[in-house]
Amino acid sequence: MTVFLLRRLMQAAVVVLAMSLLVFIGVYAIGDPVEILISPEADQIERERAIAALGLDLPLWQQYLVFLGKALQGDLGRSFVFNEPALQLILQRMPATLELAFGATFAALLIGLPLGLYAGLRPDSSVSKGIMATSILGFSLPTFWVGLMLIMVFAVQLGWLPSTGRGETAELFGLRWSFLTWDGLAHMVMPAINLALFKISLVIRLTRAGVRETMLMDYVKFARAKGLSPARVTFVHVFKNILIPVVTVVGLEFGGTIAFSVVTESIFAWPGMGKLIIDSINVLDRPVIVAYLMIIVLMFITINLVVDLTYSLLDPRVRLESKA
Amino acid sequence: MKRNIGTAAAAVAVMLSLGMAPAGAGAQTLTMAVGAPVTSIDPHYHQLSPNNAVADMIFDKLVNTDGQARLIPGLATEWRVVEPNLWEFKLRPGVRFHNGSEFTADDVAFTLSRVPNVPNSPSSFAIYTRPIQQVEIVDSHTIRLRTAGPYPLMPMDLSNIRILDRETHGNATTEDFNSGRAAAGTGPWRMVSHRNGDRIEFERNDAYWGDRPAFQRVDYRMITNDAARTAALLAGDVEFIDQVPTSDLAKLRTDQRVALSETTGLRIIFLGLDHMRTDASPFITDNNGQPVPHNPLKDVRVRRALSVAIDRQAIVDRVMEGAATPAGQFLPAGIFSHVPGLEAPRPDPEAAKRLLAEAGFPQGFRITLHGPNDRYINDSRIIQAVGQMWTRIGVRTAVEAQPWTTFVGRAGRQEFSAFLIGWGSNPEGSHPLRNLVATADRERGWGASNRGRYSNPELDRMIEVALGELDDAKREKLLQDAQRLAMEDVAIIPLHIQTNIWAMRRGLAHTPRADELTRAQDVRPAAQGGSAR
Repeated sequence: MTVFLLRRLMQAAVVVLAMSLLVFIGVYAIGDPVEILISPEADQIERERAIAALGLDLPLWQQYLVFLGKALQGDLGRSFVFNEPALQLILQRMPATLELAFGATFAALLIGLPLGLYAGLRPDSSVSKGIMATSILGFSLPTFWVGLMLIMVFAVQLGWLPSTGRGETAELFGLRWSFLTWDGLAHMVMPAINLALFKISLVIRLTRAGVRETMLMDYVKFARAKGLSPARVTFVHVFKNILIPVVTVVGLEFGGTIAFSVVTESIFAWPGMGKLIIDSINVLDRPVIVAYLMIIVLMFITINLVVDLTYSLLDPRVRLESKA
Repeated sequence: MKRNIGTAAAAVAVMLSLGMAPAGAGAQTLTMAVGAPVTSIDPHYHQLSPNNAVADMIFDKLVNTDGQARLIPGLATEWRVVEPNLWEFKLRPGVRFHNGSEFTADDVAFTLSRVPNVPNSPSSFAIYTRPIQQVEIVDSHTIRLRTAGPYPLMPMDLSNIRILDRETHGNATTEDFNSGRAAAGTGPWRMVSHRNGDRIEFERNDAYWGDRPAFQRVDYRMITNDAARTAALLAGDVEFIDQVPTSDLAKLRTDQRVALSETTGLRIIFLGLDHMRTDASPFITDNNGQPVPHNPLKDVRVRRALSVAIDRQAIVDRVMEGAATPAGQFLPAGIFSHVPGLEAPRPDPEAAKRLLAEAGFPQGFRITLHGPNDRYINDSRIIQAVGQMWTRIGVRTAVEAQPWTTFVGRAGRQEFSAFLIGWGSNPEGSHPLRNLVATADRERGWGASNRGRYSNPELDRMIEVALGELDDAKREKLLQDAQRLAMEDVAIIPLHIQTNIWAMRRGLAHTPRADELTRAQDVRPAAQGGSAR
């Protein structure tokens, strides 16, 4: 177990280092942040001052070494745009994104699992066919379009829900959360559903496929032959066994949701990390881009670890040492 | 009858806004949404329009500008030239900062010393304070600024500098402003809270020296997605938005719940041309794809042909949905040093073909027109339209639009032959002249945005003379002559000047601003029965 964790940690360090180097070269290749940030009115002297102030007058390799030296002391640099520590900026925005991602994942499981289970147990009923047909829409409709449609219908036409923003927040552990107030929850419904749409479809399909496969297994047949109630067969013998693929996919999707909920956050003006990163990329705010991607890499590694640990709980046959 | 309908509409608007406003706040709160994020509350950190708009709400300047960009008294009540290189500003007495500290000449001196020394600033305001060589405090409410030579632009430069308090802001960092600890100015609004990239809340400064704002509180939100911002207005979540997308204009104009406020702006969209190379220009070839040994754009007849080939009115009507004015010069009518009678060239493809033939290109040539696709309103569609118009006169044009992040660097390295770009002017001809068409010169700070590297010694001389002329009437004449020369020589090809458009719930009125800034003090309830225009 310890060896497994240490190995994972080493892998993480290597990936983070490689990633930071790639971002440095990438941003350098795209363009010059000063050209984008500086006022068009600035004269040549002011341009030179700004380039020096942001440390961009050094050769790229020196800039990278300066960054590495500071990063080892826990300083990921200051945002060119906000003049605040990049890490702090990202952490400030993290709660908004986390609660949206949790809300979406929760909604996906809450809606997707029962529907998928039903569709798997009664594959020939017309309701099941309806569920499967609808799930195709969840895959194929673009998020930004669905988001705008949700706003047009529920905010503009019906006026049931607020169109954008995060609403009122309440403090918990020194951070601001929307899900603790009614107003905040009302603001969260549409972006969370929008983000969950793809996931709901995914969970439905995975669950249905898993159920149909498992139902033919010998141990299920045996359980039924033994005279166990259909409920017990479904929820203990079938359900537990189909959870492994579902947990893997939902876990990985969760990481993706946190890292790349850019479209949803932009449309609903949700002040999360996704909005921060897209704004930062647009102005080549390198410290924020690097810090953000480093955090995301660490997060993915952690999620994978949690998924692996969950396997071993769900399926005692999985041994972590052998996997590592 | 008309009056009754208006009143009814206003009543409905009030009912709607009451229904939407947070409990207890009533109609006293104005909820606004802006399209560009405010990145800092420090008024000297980053020279950026969204930041300047918010700084204008919290802080004051010595010299203000009205909606049509004319200079009006701010914290200074009057200003005059004492000697050719000495300006004197009389300061407004009895003004206090939000924390009660008194505003004096010493605060102006402090502000001028802070401006060039804000750490890590990606674009500082030092360009406006650099001409000042010495600051002399005459008495508590009189200050004199000494320059190296006659400097007529001093009041205009100072209309960009927000005044801080020595006692309050002596050691204030940018973070202190963002957190609100140091966000105390003399302006019409106090900042109550600031959530980076999300919203800023203000309340009225009841002790403000100028016109009292109409609302008790302001909720200033940032909704960067165009469609979502319009939807938020239609849903009633916000009462006021800026940067109305041109694609929504037709719909909003007919919507009874919405009023628009618009004015011609100061942002010109134009085409820059490669003036630097006399030999082959990188994106120009002959009709067989072979490089042209001499850059055709060095010939004024070719430049004129390319200009008259463009049907500017068609671009304004079809691409911009009417939200622009065809341009034949840098500044719109009504602005200081606008050249009377210098209209946008009439489209004349036949004349363009003749000019090309005279210049030795009867069969035309091939060119690539570059432009950004995420910077200016409809930018990539504009270059497509221009490309078709050029192709019609025999200049076969390929169009390449790219993100601003890569485009602007390449344009600055003179990598293009022809490119679309924009320029937001200060309301004075010397500003676009000095930056866009004067010969690039680091020592003078001229031509920093002259990306085509146009150079004309005669024009440089005229700009220099104008910049030393303190008499406004004489300077206006000099600047008009210089602009006329630049346009006759087709230093750039002007396309159009954008119209700035705001939209609001009916029942509100707004004073539109040529400088594009979105500020709460410009919004008020509409007069009974009147429209919001």
